[in-house]
This record gives sequence, C-alpha cells and structure tokens, in this order.
Amino acid sequence: MELIISIAIGIMAGAGVWLVLRPRTFQVLIGLSLLSYAVNLFIFSVGSLSVDAEPIVRPGLPADLQHYTDPLPQSLVLTAIVIGFATTALFLVVLLALRGLSGGDHVDGEEERA
Amino acid sequence: MIPPAFTSLPATEHLLVAPVLLPLGTAALMLMLGEGRRRTKGAINALSTALGLALAIALLVRVQAGGTAAFGIYLPGNWPVPFGIVLVADPLAAFMAVLAGAVGLAALLYALARWQHAGVYFHVLFQLQLMGLYGAFLTGDLFNLFVFFEVLLAASYGLLLHGGGIARVRAGLHYIAINLLASLLFLIGVALLYGVTGTLNMADIADKLQLVAERDRGLLHAGAAILAIAFLAKAALWPLNFWLPPAYGSASAPAAAVFAILTKVGVYAILRLWTLCFPAEAGGSANFGGTVLIWGGLATLAFGAIGMLASQQLNRLAGFSVIASSGTLIAAIGFDAPALSSGALFYLASSTLAGCALYLLVELLERARQVPEGPEDWDDGNYALPAFLDAEPPRGINLDDNEEQLIGRAIPAALAFLGVAFTLCAMVIAGLPPFSGFVSKLAMISALIELRGAAAWTLFALLIVSGLFAAISLMRVGMHHFWTTQDRPAPRLRVAETLPIAALLLAALLMVSQAETVLGYTRATADALHEPQRYIDAVRGAMTVPHPMVRGGTP
Repeated sequence: MELIISIAIGIMAGAGVWLVLRPRTFQVLIGLSLLSYAVNLFIFSVGSLSVDAEPIVRPGLPADLQHYTDPLPQSLVLTAIVIGFATTALFLVVLLALRGLSGGDHVDGEEERA
Repeated sequence: MIPPAFTSLPATEHLLVAPVLLPLGTAALMLMLGEGRRRTKGAINALSTALGLALAIALLVRVQAGGTAAFGIYLPGNWPVPFGIVLVADPLAAFMAVLAGAVGLAALLYALARWQHAGVYFHVLFQLQLMGLYGAFLTGDLFNLFVFFEVLLAASYGLLLHGGGIARVRAGLHYIAINLLASLLFLIGVALLYGVTGTLNMADIADKLQLVAERDRGLLHAGAAILAIAFLAKAALWPLNFWLPPAYGSASAPAAAVFAILTKVGVYAILRLWTLCFPAEAGGSANFGGTVLIWGGLATLAFGAIGMLASQQLNRLAGFSVIASSGTLIAAIGFDAPALSSGALFYLASSTLAGCALYLLVELLERARQVPEGPEDWDDGNYALPAFLDAEPPRGINLDDNEEQLIGRAIPAALAFLGVAFTLCAMVIAGLPPFSGFVSKLAMISALIELRGAAAWTLFALLIVSGLFAAISLMRVGMHHFWTTQDRPAPRLRVAETLPIAALLLAALLMVSQAETVLGYTRATADALHEPQRYIDAVRGAMTVPHPMVRGGTP
C-alpha cells in the first residue's frame, strides 16, 4: 500500500509541477489543485498507513498506534483541504478577472513576443 | 451564574489572546454592517487598530517587566501543552506585534483619506490581515502558524487587488500562485517534521529533536529545509524574490505599506524556528543550514542593492529596498551570534518603519503625475494643507536674461513636507547618521568585527556598499522629483495622509533618541533566542487551569 500511495503522490506532484510551469492560467490552476491533492495525501501518509484502523479509542483495546490510526494528520488534512480549496477559488476569481481585463489566458496578461 | 472556570484565570492573562480576537471580532462586525456606512466602518477600524496597538504595547511592557524569565503562555483550549494549541508571548513576539500594530495603524490612517473608497471590503480585509499578523507572531504551534500565515496571505491577496486595474490583477495572479506553492511546501515541511518528531508544538519539537534517531536525521533535515524554503520565499530571499517588486509596486499605497511587514513575518519564522531547533549545542543538527542563510542573505542584499540602483520608478525602488533589508536580516541571523542578532532586530524595526513610510510617500510623490489606477480623486479641498504662495510667478516680476525669475520661489507647505519626509526616509533606509538605520548598522558592524571570517567581512562590506547604493538611488529619485523644473502644480495633501508618515518617521527618530533602551531590549531578546532551553522550559511548564469540578468539589 505504501508503494501505491507513494506512486500516486509522485504522479500527481509531477503532473502538478509540469502544469504550474505552463503559460496558460487554467493549466496553472489545475496544476496547483493537483499539487495540493498530492500534498494532502502526503500529510495523510505521514501518520503511518493502516487499513480498517479507527482513530477513536475503544474500551478494551490498548491505545497505541498498533491498533489505531493517528488522528492528527487526518485533522491536519481537513484543515489543509479547506484552506487550499478557499485559496484556489480565490485564484480562480483572479484568473477570470485577468481574462476579462487582458482578453487572453496567458499568465503574464499578454502573449510572449515571438 | 458564571462558571467558576472563567473566574479562575486572572483577566490579565487573557491579554495574550486579545490581539488575535479583537481584529477577528471587528472584521465580523464590519462584515455585518454591509457594503455602505464607510464612515462608521472607518471609525470602527481605526478604533480597533489603535486598540490592537495598545494591546501589543501592553504585552511588550508585561514581557519586559518580567525580566529574563518573561514568557506569557496562554492555553486557548486549556489542554496540557504538547496536545493543545498554545499562544506564547516572548520578547521577540511582543516586539513584532508592536511593529505590526504600528505599521497597521499608520497604513489605516493613510487609507482613511482616499483609499478606503476604492473597494467595499477594504476594512474587513485590513482587520483580517492584522489578525493573521498578530496570530503568526503569538502562536507557539507549527500548524497554527500555517493557519495564521494563510489568514494573513488570504487577506493580503484581497488587499493587493484593492483598487483594481490590470497591473494589480496581473501582479496579483503571480503573487497568489507563488504563495500557494510556498504554502504547499510549508505543509510538506510540517508533515515531515510531524512524521519525525510526532508533535507540532514548536517547543516540543525542539525538545524532541535530541531524541531523533540518527537514521531519521536526513528526513528531519529535509523537512526543515523544505519548511525554510517556504519561509524564505515569503521573506524574499534571492532567488525566490522576483515576485516582490511588481507585486508590492502595483499594490495601493496603504496595502503596500502593510506589506512592508509581511516579508518580516518570513524572517520572524526563520528566526524563531531556526534558533529554537538548531542551536549550536544541537549535536548533529547544530546550526543546520546556517551557511545557506548567511550566503543566501548576502546574495539577497547584493541583489537588492543593485536592484535599487537599477530601478527608475520609486515604487520598484521601494520593493528592492525591502529585499535588501530582508537580505541583511537573514544574513545576520545566520551567524547565530547574539550581538549581531540584537543589531539585526533593531534594524528590523527601523527598516520596517522606514519601508512603510517610503511606500506611503511613493504615492504622494507620484500623485502629481496622476497615477492612472488610483481611485477617483475625492479631494474636495477641505483638509488640504495650505499652499503658502501660488507656485506660478506673479506678474511683473524681475526676470533675468533667460526670462527666469530672479527671486526665490516660496515653497508650498505640502512640497516642503514631502521633501523633508523623503529625505528623512532616505537617510533611515540608507543608514546615514544620525538616524535609526545608522545605529542599527553600527550595532551590526561592531558585532561583525569581532566575528571575523570571510562571511563576516563580506557582510561588513555589503552593509556599507548597500548603504551607499541606497543613498545614491534615493537621492537620484529625490532630485528627479524635487529639483527638476517641471510645470506641475504643487501636490495637494490631506492632513490625514501626512500624519501617518510623520508619525512613522517620528517613531524612527524616537528609536534613536531612546537607542540605549531599545538596544537593551533587542539584546535581551537576542539572548533569550540563543538560549532556546528557556523557551522550551517555559512552554512545557505551562499549567492548565484546573477543572472546577475536580478542584472545588461541587460547583
């Protein structure tokens, strides 16, 4: 499972970095979204991956990471998702404003001179 | 009936959380006031910002009164330390909070004259910006630091776009993209540090670092380095700083003035975490990355100084001066010497005040040229400073061979104010005696002489050369604005616009006249920073308020 998760993170981060470096605003937006998914999965994975483990302590089961999954990264991911979503939405608004003002979708507001 | 839990903590203890809650409450209140009522909102905002500054000063006084063991610790959730979040007011945090309050108040007073009319939610965004700043300085928790960074960045996105126009939107798009990427790096760094140490409390992380296994040290260093890149991008370290001059240069004057402290937030985060986690006695991680900080800072300082010399427009010049001050600070921090850090902290205050004043002056100086993206001129002639004499020569005056008038022109009061303020500001930034820039550079240089070594001598030389470059470039701009003969009317200034600039420069002058006190404070701050065990012990020793049921039996 570690391998699958790390490959998924790697593919998303790689695609995200490539898209962020593209000259079109929408590509940058998608790139930032992909990067934030990769980062969210990464935060999730630092709490050691486990299948079917609960984050909340049950009576009778010793409270250690052998029997439970670490709840803290999950709450961090939740916060990071919310913040990332809000800032990406803000980026989208600015993207549309630039599109309206410049009439193009180049990140610099004007096409490169050939 | 008031639950006993609320009475068991003295009211003064809540002072620590007040600078964060006050702007939040004010912003919420102003949001409910709707889109109109600018006058009411302006008054509320000014009152709240002034109160925030007063709270920050109260915090500073409290921390200073406590002597060396002065740490205010506040547990917002009343959970014991490594588990719950914690606010910490140490000398550095209180110092930065006062600076943020001062810069905020000056920018707001300036905005009240004209800029508040350029957008509906200016006041709300402004308060959220202050909340993010105070929170970032006061928090003792790494993830909370991320949250407050995001709060202040989100507000700064809005403030950067305040006033509209394609230049702002274009610069804003770049600024947001860069900061989103930096925030993602921040998260990766936080996650790695959590993975290695299992905690997010800064003091606890520093404490646990000694227990990190040797095989995990590489991971720890990678996490710290990634986190540092996020901070250094915000602190405008070369080569992560190409976004700064266009973004700050295109922002409206009050927004740019507040941004003068945003780069210092990055510097603060580096100073706090690096001195806490990697002191000289940290074994295998001792002074990890110190060389990068020193040489990166030196490159930034050189880049900023050359950029100042190369820029023709005053707003870009101001941006490069911010970069140069960031470079000076980061390089000085990297030496890990208390005497140098003390001078650097003095320089931090001086350069922030001067940078804020310079950004406010930029707009006033450019106003005669009619900046196209400014808001409509709301100036109705009231509040304007009086022009002593008409700038046009009266008829029938004595003219020389070239038909120029022979007698000197009377200088309008507004132009005189701009000239004096600009000269003072330039002298503070360039570090010329007898102003605060000079005192701070002198303090750093005298510390550098004792350090020796190639890096120390390079910083020594760069401090002097960058001062020369700053003086040359600022004087050139000053001559261009004040001495060239141009047919432009004397600028009309409102008292509300000149007041914050005068106050900022007065504060810089006050720092010189009280230099011994201020240097004593920065020295104590630097000493505390270089003994991280004091911070760690204070935070880890924080006591929770006992539950009323447990403590006093039945309530």
